Amino acid sequence: MIDFAAPVAKTMVLVLLFLLAAHVISFVLAKLGKITKPEELLLRLRSWWWIIGLLFLSIVSGHTASIVLFGFISFLALKEFLSIVPTRHSDRRVIFWAYMTIPLQYYLVSINWYGMFIIFIPIYAFLVLSVRMVLTGKNSGFIHSVGVLHWGMMLTVYSVSHVAYLLVLPLGDEVDSGFGLMLFLIMMTQMNDVCQYLFGKLLGRRKIIPAVSPNKTWAGFLGGLASVTILAAFLGPFLTPMDHKYSIMAGFIIGVAGFFGDVTISSVKRDLQIKDSGQLLPGHGGLLDRIDSLMFTSPLFFHYIRYFYS
Amino acid sequence: MMNRLLQLLFFALIVKPLVLIVLGLNLRGKKRLPLNGPAVIVANHNSHLDTMVLMSLFPLFKMHKVRPVAAADYFLKNRFITWLSLKIIGIIPLDRGGNVDKNTIFDECHKALDNDEILILFPEGSRGQPDRMSSLKKGVYYLIKDRCGVAVTPVVMHGLGYALPKGEALLVPVNVDVIIGPTIDKTTNADEFIDKTMDAFDELNEHCITRNA
Repeated sequence: MIDFAAPVAKTMVLVLLFLLAAHVISFVLAKLGKITKPEELLLRLRSWWWIIGLLFLSIVSGHTASIVLFGFISFLALKEFLSIVPTRHSDRRVIFWAYMTIPLQYYLVSINWYGMFIIFIPIYAFLVLSVRMVLTGKNSGFIHSVGVLHWGMMLTVYSVSHVAYLLVLPLGDEVDSGFGLMLFLIMMTQMNDVCQYLFGKLLGRRKIIPAVSPNKTWAGFLGGLASVTILAAFLGPFLTPMDHKYSIMAGFIIGVAGFFGDVTISSVKRDLQIKDSGQLLPGHGGLLDRIDSLMFTSPLFFHYIRYFYS
Repeated sequence: MMNRLLQLLFFALIVKPLVLIVLGLNLRGKKRLPLNGPAVIVANHNSHLDTMVLMSLFPLFKMHKVRPVAAADYFLKNRFITWLSLKIIGIIPLDRGGNVDKNTIFDECHKALDNDEILILFPEGSRGQPDRMSSLKKGVYYLIKDRCGVAVTPVVMHGLGYALPKGEALLVPVNVDVIIGPTIDKTTNADEFIDKTMDAFDELNEHCITRNA
């Protein structure tokens, strides 16, 4: 049943132990009254169990299950995006077709048809949905609506599907390294989020872009970037075909891109004057709040790997 | 017994998954939901899904105690819809045409409240324009005015008029806001009740995060 390389299994066990330790420590600190908002932290951890549990369950179940999981994540993310960003009532049918790109895009992943996977949304969905929106005959607000739809689809469907494509990307090696690459990307992206947050809390003073995100500081950004680059140097050679040098570079790309993904969704929320994009993950907010950085790191990491190793 | 089982299956296998996965709730004030009757919930009305979403907030074993009050002319249209509405969803049919005497129109509702059930009412009276509030009808006031101890809980939903508006058959998945407010204070006349309810709806509307027009 388990057809992935041993390092993936070892990493998963380590992650679960790490999460367990984090939960126990938080629980003890909360009981001792050392945390200001213990409910928030424990909710956050409980959501982490769900996220990591589902991800690992899909990895253990194999390629198809993992591709389906990411398709489902795309669906939830697009739905959340289209719920917080205003769309016209007349766009309902166009939006319905936008949802239909998800099964198609992930089917293209599952059959490993790279040529079509990489152009289906930026070319075919781009043109066809524009035409479908023209056919609704509503001109007022057209530019806004068509822009919102394509931008949302690129982020939530196109970008996210690159995570799944790592599983089928042929790298010319004997062992199946897809799950290793996927795990590396997701772990580094999420560690980057966590480290940027921690460094920002502990040392942060000078703000990077106060207008968008008052909590983002230079110390947070650089501290997160440094930690994730160092962590990548160790984890990369263990989980992926990359050596130390390439792993460091990958960590660096993920650190920078993750930061920008995070502030991009912050900008969306600022524009809409909302704090969270939804309530799917208690303690985190919506799904977009959790995968904001992944939507930027995944296509970049994917093409980095494809360029150097495929 | 058979209907009770079918109701359980209908809500467990169709309604709850539909509401949680195809839609998706931004729920606020869940603790304010009256889990025990007699109680009245008043909500804004934009879609057939309104009832399903409100009912899905309740645990399965309480589902038979939740009774949406719905238009008899619409929900008793044909045999299948009548069976589904009365036996599975458990609606209380209400005559909108003025053919029933004013003194007996709420008999079924009173019976349900006597039976410690939770009524769901839509004081707008009809689904109307998507996500736009129509003026409120006074019926709820006359229903509760002679009953003591029946709390009225206001709920505002946003997004369902986009997901499945009046006259559309295609359901478009979107997240929806469900904001539950504190119970409405006791009032002495119908106009005051309507004003207070409207104020509560306006206040709850502020908490919605979905923005579909």
